[in-house]
Amino acid sequence: MLKALFCVVRRDLLLAFRRRSDVLTTLFFFVIVATLFPLGVGAEPSLLRSMAPGILWVGALLASMLALGRLFALDYADGTLEQMLLSAEPLTVIVIGKVIAHWLVSGVPLVLLAPLLAVQFDLPAESIGVLFLSLLIGTPVLSLIGAIGAALTLGVRGGGVLVSLLVLPLYIPVLIFGAGAVGAEASGVGASAHLLLLGGALAGAAALAPWATAAALRISLE
Amino acid sequence: MSTTNQTFSGEPSTTRIHWFKYASPQTFFPLAGKLIPWFAGIAFVLTIVGVYLGFFVAPTDFQQGDAYRIIFLHVPAAWMSMFIYIVMACWAGIGLAWNTRVSSMMASALAPTGALFTFLALWTGALWGRPTWGAWWVWDARLTSELILLFLYIGFMALQASIDDPRRADKAGAVLALVGVVNVPIIYYSVQWWNTLHQGSSINMTKAPSMAAIMLIGMLVLALAMWAYTIAVVLSRVRCIMLERERHTDWVKEYAEKNA
Repeated sequence: MLKALFCVVRRDLLLAFRRRSDVLTTLFFFVIVATLFPLGVGAEPSLLRSMAPGILWVGALLASMLALGRLFALDYADGTLEQMLLSAEPLTVIVIGKVIAHWLVSGVPLVLLAPLLAVQFDLPAESIGVLFLSLLIGTPVLSLIGAIGAALTLGVRGGGVLVSLLVLPLYIPVLIFGAGAVGAEASGVGASAHLLLLGGALAGAAALAPWATAAALRISLE
Repeated sequence: MSTTNQTFSGEPSTTRIHWFKYASPQTFFPLAGKLIPWFAGIAFVLTIVGVYLGFFVAPTDFQQGDAYRIIFLHVPAAWMSMFIYIVMACWAGIGLAWNTRVSSMMASALAPTGALFTFLALWTGALWGRPTWGAWWVWDARLTSELILLFLYIGFMALQASIDDPRRADKAGAVLALVGVVNVPIIYYSVQWWNTLHQGSSINMTKAPSMAAIMLIGMLVLALAMWAYTIAVVLSRVRCIMLERERHTDWVKEYAEKNA
């Protein structure tokens, strides 16, 4: 089972590496969205400092949602997904592998890039650290929940818009705790409570989301 | 044709009640038709009684004045919004697990009414919040989680609407409904978990009610009225869904000819 998992992760990473432009597009989307806000709301440093966690988190949310289309759609189009469904390995393991690869490709770059963007917003160093940590714990949850939405809307007309309608409401708790952690750190309360809740969300999503995704994939490919 | 129908829908020979008899659209359809007028009537009578109690009999609150009277709509609507989601997820889950068509149809029939009550709870809350809190909307945990519930209902309906094959739409919707159930306890406990602006629950099973008995009775009567309304509306909606989905069957053709 572990071998199948590694195999899926390796394959998806290789595919993503061969099509680097897809990965870079979502990454630049994140950078551009974050850059638009100071231009839109004004470059007042204290205002930017208080808004930065929310802006960076919403940007990360939207970028990771844009990347969801890549998760199953290509494999669905060329029939690979059907073969995966027929394989002897449990579908849940394959789903976990694909989600891990998706997070490595679309989540980790966002996490690494966020501290750099936070400098644009004049965030102090401790807040940047908390932002980095909260994104590190939070982005896998986004990939896990998003996989359910991506699997449900596979091959459905208007799937791209629909996935945002299904997935964004479920992302809201992650956004609240993620951005809240940075705010709590800045106000001196300490971010640990928020980070622990994020960790709890990650544990819950890791336990339940792959099964829901596998069920949704079976329904979509019936 | 009618002879074959009778053999299928006829009473079983044993005296035990045959619970699964109504698990097929053909037998459920006439039963629903018989129940609708009753529940509609109950809803009508209870609404009049409840509104009378709430707006003419109940005294003015010493803290909030007459603004509190919105609770007669707000609290029952909020209860219904959460309760309908759970019922909808249960029906959807049953439909997913046992492939029973009527339960999936019930789930899709419940969604619009649930969305309506969620919207009503949010809207009456805003109307109450403006004079009492001085704001139409605050980003409070309970308000936000109730708003997410509305998004979940809309997502469920949008997903079902965008899939043409009804069986696949049922199943995909069921997965989404079950995933969204996580939100319901968050709404319910939000006033205890977070220290928020929204007041705690008005009614507590373990404590004596903190409001006048007549207010409580008015609220409960309206809650029952909303239950009856929901049952009547959902049954009539499920009848429409049945006619639409079963249009190729003989009993629908017969029904259509009879009512032409």
